[in-house]
Amino acid sequence: MATNGGNGAPNYNGRAYPIEDHTYDVIVVGAGGSGLRAVVGCSEAGLKTACITKVFPTRSHTVAAQGGISASLGNMGEDDWRWHMYDTVKGADWLGDQDSIEYLCRNAPAAVYELEHWGVPFSRLENGKIYQRPFGGMTTHYGKGTAQRTAAAADRTGHAILHTLYGAALKHQAEFFIEYFALDLIMDDEGRCRGVIALKLDDGTLHRFRGHTTILATGGYGRAYFSCTSAHTCTGDGGAMALRAGLPLQDMEFVQFHPTGIYGSGCLITEGSRGEGGYLTNSEGERFMERYAPSAKDLASRDVVSRAMTIEIREGRGVGAKKDHIFLHLDHLDPKVLAERLPGISESARIFAGVDVTREPIPVIPTVHYNMGGIATNYHGEALTKRDGNDDSIIPGLMALGEAGCVSVHGANRLGSNSLIDLVVFGRAAGLRCAETIKPNERQPDLPKDSADKALSRLDHLRHANGGTPTAVLRARMQDVMQTNCAVFRTGEVLEEGSKKIHEVVAGLPDIKVTDRSLIWNTDLIETLEFDNLIAQAVVTMDSAVNRKESRGAHAREDFPDRDDKNWMTHSLAWLDPKSFKVTLDSRPVHTYTMTNDIAYIEPKARVY
Amino acid sequence: MAEFALPKNSKVTVGKKWPMPAKVKGDKGTRDYLVYRFDPDTGENPRMDTYTVDLDDCGPMVLDALIWIKNKVDPSLTFRRSCREGVCGSCAMNVDGGNTLACTKDMKDISATVKVYPLPHQPVVKDLVPDLTNFYAQHASIQPWLKTTSPTPEKEWQQSHEERQKLDGLYECILCACCSTACPSYWWNSDRFLGPAVLLQAYRWIIDSRDEATGERLDNLEDPFRLYRCHTIMNCANTCPKHLNPAKAIAEIKKKMVERQV
Repeated sequence: MATNGGNGAPNYNGRAYPIEDHTYDVIVVGAGGSGLRAVVGCSEAGLKTACITKVFPTRSHTVAAQGGISASLGNMGEDDWRWHMYDTVKGADWLGDQDSIEYLCRNAPAAVYELEHWGVPFSRLENGKIYQRPFGGMTTHYGKGTAQRTAAAADRTGHAILHTLYGAALKHQAEFFIEYFALDLIMDDEGRCRGVIALKLDDGTLHRFRGHTTILATGGYGRAYFSCTSAHTCTGDGGAMALRAGLPLQDMEFVQFHPTGIYGSGCLITEGSRGEGGYLTNSEGERFMERYAPSAKDLASRDVVSRAMTIEIREGRGVGAKKDHIFLHLDHLDPKVLAERLPGISESARIFAGVDVTREPIPVIPTVHYNMGGIATNYHGEALTKRDGNDDSIIPGLMALGEAGCVSVHGANRLGSNSLIDLVVFGRAAGLRCAETIKPNERQPDLPKDSADKALSRLDHLRHANGGTPTAVLRARMQDVMQTNCAVFRTGEVLEEGSKKIHEVVAGLPDIKVTDRSLIWNTDLIETLEFDNLIAQAVVTMDSAVNRKESRGAHAREDFPDRDDKNWMTHSLAWLDPKSFKVTLDSRPVHTYTMTNDIAYIEPKARVY
Repeated sequence: MAEFALPKNSKVTVGKKWPMPAKVKGDKGTRDYLVYRFDPDTGENPRMDTYTVDLDDCGPMVLDALIWIKNKVDPSLTFRRSCREGVCGSCAMNVDGGNTLACTKDMKDISATVKVYPLPHQPVVKDLVPDLTNFYAQHASIQPWLKTTSPTPEKEWQQSHEERQKLDGLYECILCACCSTACPSYWWNSDRFLGPAVLLQAYRWIIDSRDEATGERLDNLEDPFRLYRCHTIMNCANTCPKHLNPAKAIAEIKKKMVERQV
């Protein structure tokens, strides 16, 4: 059995796993936008902060964000954070928590200026201010005009922000643990999170991090699907750690399909391309979005556009030999505009679709892009669960941010450019909360005796898994089920079948096979641990989708085509039994109140674009 | 006595030829891959393994082929990868004799067998995974953040359109290390020469109109090794998968050094 103390080499199944112990005030898992922002905030506050990340920080998936970051700076015309809030509430199809949305929108401008002060090379206007472009669902005067609210660094905004945040973290001499793979949370008997256990990739040593607060900033789990814009590393490691720790995940049925993934490869073409004037056509050359969203057209919300494209394809108006995709036109735009504002996607289209965007349309298809669901939190980033009659019960010692979290500003559907702002606003909020609640170097009690046992037994089990099915085969089955049975349109029948099939994939887990037994850079093992994380969230997603009998945002049920505020304006909560993979569902109410009196609660109404 | 032979453990041997799984129906044929393998657990000399990739079952890029090999033939093959669209810089390696990103390198631009090695002249951790610790430390050494002394404005720092354009061709760098590890000067002196990627980053901050530490930044580079080991060999610009020109940035830094002395 693993022992608790010292730097010895505890045995598991007769095999030695050296463990090194570390103590920090705050432990951040993940070095994308929200993780790095939290690292900077905590370091600034004088807290001893560790940042554990499985990839070098600038490789995190924030780097791939293209179009921009929303904030009512008003650089292109009149704007107001209240309009931004209205758009976000409506985009979320009234499943967002309005106190959190208020926090997001009113703090957005300051967060963007802060990034600029740290060095983000935003595109500029002639007058020296930050350039802002139109984006889907972003309006002025509560839906009346088109807003230009999305601040951009050409179409490489995420890259510019991530590199700048990494620089800011270096400036504050943050302590990075790079290429460490987080295995499991350490929870004590009182339900407090006490830290995390991680595997160092280059030598196979285990590291036990003890901290007052652990912040999960581990991103989404897009790789549960076959075709996604997400990076290979988007495997939802934090969400799965939470599930294994007996915590629920919230609103997991809401999976955003981005309208414009490149047909075939799934690489992202930014919504900013439509913001700059691009439009979609079907096989008849028709700009069909005019029919589905007469006012916003191609700049309707992503769920709306993805559904419209899917209907066009289903009704036989898709393009290409199989009539199974749609064209995105940028060929009417000034080549100078393309070169200055959309250089990155122009190159992606050339490399991955063989298309010269100045002459030809890009073949695109709705592609899995973002998980609205995750670990429920309040607007301080503190993780929540429902227990003992309390719908907002704080899990002490645990926070979650970004795509891993569900502070529920995005509700049932996220607006484009609201994710980057989510990262920095709530990354900052988490830092402020830690500064408020933690005294630097405060003494921490000893960890529970069995703190490493679960993580070690799981690691040892998978490392020596010697069944007949390679991880890649099981993973492909999972991705196929999710792609087929939990897509843009859903019905009870298809979802029930999906649930049966995804549990069949789970049944294959005991037969999993890992070939590489090494502890040095064993990516076969890491991919298996990642698959184990993905499948947990795939199951929870499918079963949450079966359960929600209405259509809201990204969850479009053909058997329940309408939104049902009476019965379903609630957050889904899902717990997973780590052995049987049985899902337990419950719900907690949406926050139908704002943070301050500066804005009234925005009442639900029909969502038309 | 100077030693001209390679150390014994660096000699690459002929490896294993892996059988191909049953061919998927189609007419795209197959492609042979010759891939560098190094197993740190055995400490044996590195070897070149041969794999035959079924092009009817595999995407068009070199990274697709490596992933296909890992999924279908040999799960122990080890390499870094993440975004698969040329922005994260993880899958930098030496393909067909040049450093590039495996994810944006199309197999059809390579004739015959595809040869894949890790980035050259870095310690190899395993297979195609190099140890880039020194590269990252050098990047941190140029202090890649905005330095200002003027009072910070309430809103953004003003930067004209033209001033911002000076950052184009610089800020896009993804720190993949293709250029630095293609530079012979960096091969000989990577302990002291900062190399093209890091110098390009240095110039990105020097030329930023908002930055107020130009003098300090130049002082930090004024050194026979850190900056001046660039001999304009231009491998960096030739190999950059993002089509940037680090050599030009280095030349601009050298110009600044001269300018401030006259």
